[in-house]
Amino acid sequence: MATRTITYREAINEAIRLEMRRDPTVILMGEDVAGGASTHLEEKGEEAWGGDLGVTRGLVQEFGRSRVRDTPISESAFIGAAVGAASTGLRPIAELMFVDFFGVCMDQIFNQGGKMRYMFGGKAKVPVVIRTLYGAGFRAAAQHSAVLYSVFTHMPGLKVVTPSTPYNAKGLLTAAIRDDDPVIYFEHLVLLDTSGPVPEESYVVPLGKAEIARPGKDVTVVAIGRMRLFAMQAAEELAKEGIDVEVVDPQTLSPLDESTILESVKKTHRLVVVDEDNPRCSVANDIISLAAQQALAYLDAAPQAVTAPHTPVPFSPPLEDGYIPGPAKIATAVKAVVA
Amino acid sequence: MAEITKDKLLWIYERMRLIREFEDRAAELFAAGQIPGFVHLYAGEEAIAVGVCAWLTDRDFITSTHRGHGHCIAKGVDVKAMMAELYGKKTGACKGKGGSMHIADVDKGMLGANGIVGAGGPLACGAGLTAKIKGTDQVTACFFGDGAAEQGTMHESMNLASIWKLPVIFVCENNGYAQTTPSRYHCAAEDIADRATAYNMPGFSVDGTDVFAVYEAAGEAIARARRGEGPTLIECKAFRYYGHFQGDNLSYYTEEEKAEQKARDPINKFIQRVLDRNLLTKAELAEIDARAKKAIDEAVKFAEQSPYPVLDEILTDVYVSY
Repeated sequence: MATRTITYREAINEAIRLEMRRDPTVILMGEDVAGGASTHLEEKGEEAWGGDLGVTRGLVQEFGRSRVRDTPISESAFIGAAVGAASTGLRPIAELMFVDFFGVCMDQIFNQGGKMRYMFGGKAKVPVVIRTLYGAGFRAAAQHSAVLYSVFTHMPGLKVVTPSTPYNAKGLLTAAIRDDDPVIYFEHLVLLDTSGPVPEESYVVPLGKAEIARPGKDVTVVAIGRMRLFAMQAAEELAKEGIDVEVVDPQTLSPLDESTILESVKKTHRLVVVDEDNPRCSVANDIISLAAQQALAYLDAAPQAVTAPHTPVPFSPPLEDGYIPGPAKIATAVKAVVA
Repeated sequence: MAEITKDKLLWIYERMRLIREFEDRAAELFAAGQIPGFVHLYAGEEAIAVGVCAWLTDRDFITSTHRGHGHCIAKGVDVKAMMAELYGKKTGACKGKGGSMHIADVDKGMLGANGIVGAGGPLACGAGLTAKIKGTDQVTACFFGDGAAEQGTMHESMNLASIWKLPVIFVCENNGYAQTTPSRYHCAAEDIADRATAYNMPGFSVDGTDVFAVYEAAGEAIARARRGEGPTLIECKAFRYYGHFQGDNLSYYTEEEKAEQKARDPINKFIQRVLDRNLLTKAELAEIDARAKKAIDEAVKFAEQSPYPVLDEILTDVYVSY
């Protein structure tokens, strides 16, 4: 089958569609994942929105309202129901509209979904995927823009996936749906409209494997999610100055592909980590700690973390633009470690 | 009153007696320092779990609470594995990793005791959704307390179950207290069952110390759920002999209240009824008493003699693969 250019949004949609075709136990639920339940649209087999940002558009037409379920605005109930359904034989995909909303349903994610297998001595499995939008740059202000994947990465029992391109968005989601553990799948708001080559057929990008997005010899830049795009832009600029950057995209934060990161650091002897999350207890600082504990002797300079500041996401456009770590900040950090 | 077969009566008595024996023994063992952590005991509420689970098979599901031993036993979880779990032994129902508050047996449809008050509601909706989407006739019973009735999760879950017509029955075990706080203080409603109106489902308030009343209400609700007509809320008013957990000083109970509890004992009530109506004989009851005592003796012995898990077990069972 052919490879063509589609958006990150379409890649996610396609992964869900192909997995729902392949496995009748895969269901989708969330607020307005179709939209218009019980209205004249439902009678006509149509949808209102297909997700707040259109990610799940068209799925209800193919799979019907039993498997594509609009929910009330009751995140605890429907995220918990997804966990309960996963532990009794379905493979639910639940949509938590924005990750900022985890405050209203976290118990069901980390105390129920994340601990069930362990508490029950291995006698349960919870194959649920929780898809959630995250990230700044959408002028959505403090309660619809946070990153927060570090919170989930901290918690045993959960897996955390951060796709950065249409290609890995499709392959990682396919892997997440087929995985037997709870997976939190982070969809970056600003990446939804980005495009790239994606094969038509189904394929898996394995969880727990980093990708070397750009090989280089002078410095390792680990960049998560949207930050990969900025790191690649910075790398192109720095190449003109003779600095050869290796960009590593972890793709999955839990499990984290420690060995690919450490191998890269041992090769380049320098490390910058770019993370859109807040800095305290962040994935960025966790990766720097990993390098300090396991590759200190290889490091020729103190590693640098390029992160958002320790603040909520501001609304005002110039403030928000300044909040997001961009190519210029990455370039500055790279120059500091190669100096 | 629905007809109850003699076999069912014997089963009901055996399960209630087994729960009481298990809980009285767990109380002693805890007081003696044999059981680590803490235990929330079900004595006084036996009629609820047994009256409901009398209608369920291993294929049906239940969600439970921190006070979960009675639900486990009513659903058929092995008492040896349960006692070993309370001891934290390798042979426990959860390999010693869960303890009293997380006993589960998914093969028996027991989706876990739960340390979080009100957390079972959403999980029960999920189990109900599985049955609905797979087109089976499985029913899920969601046990929750009067304390949990004030959690948002329960309100959300009852609404969700109702709009989706899920095969779930919500069984509120109103033992009168959320820890030490009486329901007359924490609950704005006179009867929690009245809230069913707001979720557009049938609601009944029954005497939770009368297993026949629970059995009858649960039978109707479960039949309705199996027919695909959606959820029901049953409030069962009962009491807890041991308070919130074993070791509770019970200072908030009055002497009159304690006397009233004894007068309402669900097991004594059952005995009186079956003897008055010549449904069972004293000899039949005595035989069950002896069997229950023996089963718990054996369970304690099994737990005491079982090994603890080896230290490597810390790392297993977090994920299916990682």
